[in-house]
Amino acid sequence: MSPDNYLYLAAILFTIGTIGVMIRRNALVAFMSVELMLNAANLAMVAFALARGGLDGQVATFFVMVVAAAEVVVGLSIIITIYRTRRSTSVDAANLLKL
Amino acid sequence: MITLETLVPATGLFSYAWLMIVVPAVVAAVLLLFGSILDRIGHWLAVAAVLVSFTVAAILFVQLLGADPESRAVSVPLFEWITTGMWNVKAGLLVDQLSILFAMLITGVGALIHIYSVGYMAHDERRRRFFAYLNLFIAAMLILVLADNYLVLFVGWEGVGLASYLLIGFWQYKPSAAAAAKKAFVMNRVGDLGMTMAIMSMLALFGSSSFTDVNSGAAHLTPFWATTIGLLLLLGACGKSAQVPLQAWLLDAMEGPTPVSALIHAATMVTAGVYLVVRSHEIFGMSDAASTAVVVVGCVTLLAGAWIGTSKDDIKKVLAGSTMSQIGYMMLAAGLGPVGYAFAIFHLLTHGFFKANMFLGAGSVMHAMDDDVNMRHYGALAKVTRITFWTFAMGYLAIIGFPGLAGYFSKDHIIEAAFEVSTLAGVCALVGAGITAFYMTRLMLMTFFGEKRWRPGVHPHESPLVMTVPLIILAFFSVIAGALMNWWIQEWLEPAVGNHVHEVSLVPGPIGWATLAVVAAGVALSWWLFGTKPIPDVAPASANPFTVAGRNDLFGDAINDTLVVQPTLLAARGLVATDDKLIDAAANGVGTMFAGLSSQTRRLQTGQVRSYALTMTIGVLLVGAVLILTQLG
Repeated sequence: MSPDNYLYLAAILFTIGTIGVMIRRNALVAFMSVELMLNAANLAMVAFALARGGLDGQVATFFVMVVAAAEVVVGLSIIITIYRTRRSTSVDAANLLKL
Repeated sequence: MITLETLVPATGLFSYAWLMIVVPAVVAAVLLLFGSILDRIGHWLAVAAVLVSFTVAAILFVQLLGADPESRAVSVPLFEWITTGMWNVKAGLLVDQLSILFAMLITGVGALIHIYSVGYMAHDERRRRFFAYLNLFIAAMLILVLADNYLVLFVGWEGVGLASYLLIGFWQYKPSAAAAAKKAFVMNRVGDLGMTMAIMSMLALFGSSSFTDVNSGAAHLTPFWATTIGLLLLLGACGKSAQVPLQAWLLDAMEGPTPVSALIHAATMVTAGVYLVVRSHEIFGMSDAASTAVVVVGCVTLLAGAWIGTSKDDIKKVLAGSTMSQIGYMMLAAGLGPVGYAFAIFHLLTHGFFKANMFLGAGSVMHAMDDDVNMRHYGALAKVTRITFWTFAMGYLAIIGFPGLAGYFSKDHIIEAAFEVSTLAGVCALVGAGITAFYMTRLMLMTFFGEKRWRPGVHPHESPLVMTVPLIILAFFSVIAGALMNWWIQEWLEPAVGNHVHEVSLVPGPIGWATLAVVAAGVALSWWLFGTKPIPDVAPASANPFTVAGRNDLFGDAINDTLVVQPTLLAARGLVATDDKLIDAAANGVGTMFAGLSSQTRRLQTGQVRSYALTMTIGVLLVGAVLILTQLG
């Protein structure tokens, strides 16, 4: 089978995710956009794996999902902590890390 | 030309020659390390150490006297000192006719001065340390004269320099003493530069620095190298012996305690330069230029020292000028070549006795006058300090060359030898003898005769026996040393220094009579100027250029200042300015540039998460683009 259509979908999802990270102020939405990018990459890998008839890509996808789950735990807890101290989840408000 | 001395290996007592050096060195270390528990007996320990050295020296001397002339040069190998590649330096001692005389002088006069110091330094709370330094000096001086090669000699050479520094600056709480010590040390370094370069040249040319190798190899030297090594050795000798142009430190060195002036700056250390020249006789024998330079230095210094002696009011500085002058005589004799070597050593020995005698006498006078050194505050001391006066008088008669006393024999021989070689040098020596008589008579008249010019509250008294007994012994030798050695020393030294033996007779020749006449004229002139009219309380202002120059040490300090100190300071300031304005500016400029650059770049860190995301995206796109484009290419 041809993976073309899957890849187009993956590219579109990745682009949406990227734009979301860059333009949304809400940390939660930016975080969801990052997840979208990860899953776009997963989709591309699964599509390639199917095209080549191997299992490598699918195995790698599981790893990505596990890592993403762990990352979500850490990321969400950071966002909650920021919200508790600042009463806001806007990424523009958290700009103290500069000279 | 000159028969070289043949060395015989040490046997029997000679194998213990190193005891002479080790005993005072160990005692010096003990005195310095064990601290105040030795305060009560330390000085006697030091005296005992020097007496041990003297005993060893005397025993070896008697042994040498008994040996036949061919086997009087004994080498005492000690240990391998430096073994590296092509160099193999052995440390060893050479006990021969020359070095044993020195060892006797150093330990003999040294012991007397130690005993004298027990009294002189009785009230100094750091007396133990003083004696430790004196013993250190004795050990270093013995290394210097007993060494069998120039490298070991150099160890002693630096050792006596250190001891001299420590003792000139012994009263270091006086800024003048601290400055004088530093001055002596620095000026000696200039001379040491010559010494080190001479030794390195020897090592390069002969592959060895032992006296035997150097003296036997000297015959094959090219004239250039003979002259170079000769002049470098002369530079070293000038520094140590306070000869022009490195003379300026000796007058300031009188800041040290008087026994130090007597031991180091009159009798022993300052004569090391003469020893060096005589020891290196083969080198100077190969180069007329170098030996002429020695004669010139000797003549200039003997006149310069005498000149300074005539115009000083400080009793110790008169004697210091006199020391310079007398060492000038020895240098002159050493520069004359084989006719003069024995006379240089002869005068060195007699001078060691009578000058130590007079310095200690001056110390005794200062003791009586509450440490006042200005002769204008003395007068009429002959009756008050009888022993000091009579012993000083013996030294006085010896130095001016009164017939029959020590200086009469040794100095007249030098004057005669000088006339044999060069009339000019002879005239210099003759005039020097007249000036010597003049300033020494002035010193005697101002100190011991005339009216009492004592400051109020000064009650002169004779010094204790511990100080006067050494004076008496030294006075005794000032009287007899000349006659004792006159008919003996030339044959004795001949195998070691290669001098020519002269006939000496008691009846003066024409030059002898001329010398006596000049000396008498000097005494008479001095008596007319200072004996017949009262001495002014302050030195009268004088426009006489000779007097002005003499009072200012012949402007030695000013000359050094103009020729050396100011240019050095100028160069140093220039370097500091270059460092500040050029090198520091460049370094600081680079720093400032990066600081400015970084304060610009840090503005990229906005703290805006979304701008970071944008940067990352652009970066990823760029990397991706590069990868794809290179793949395509």
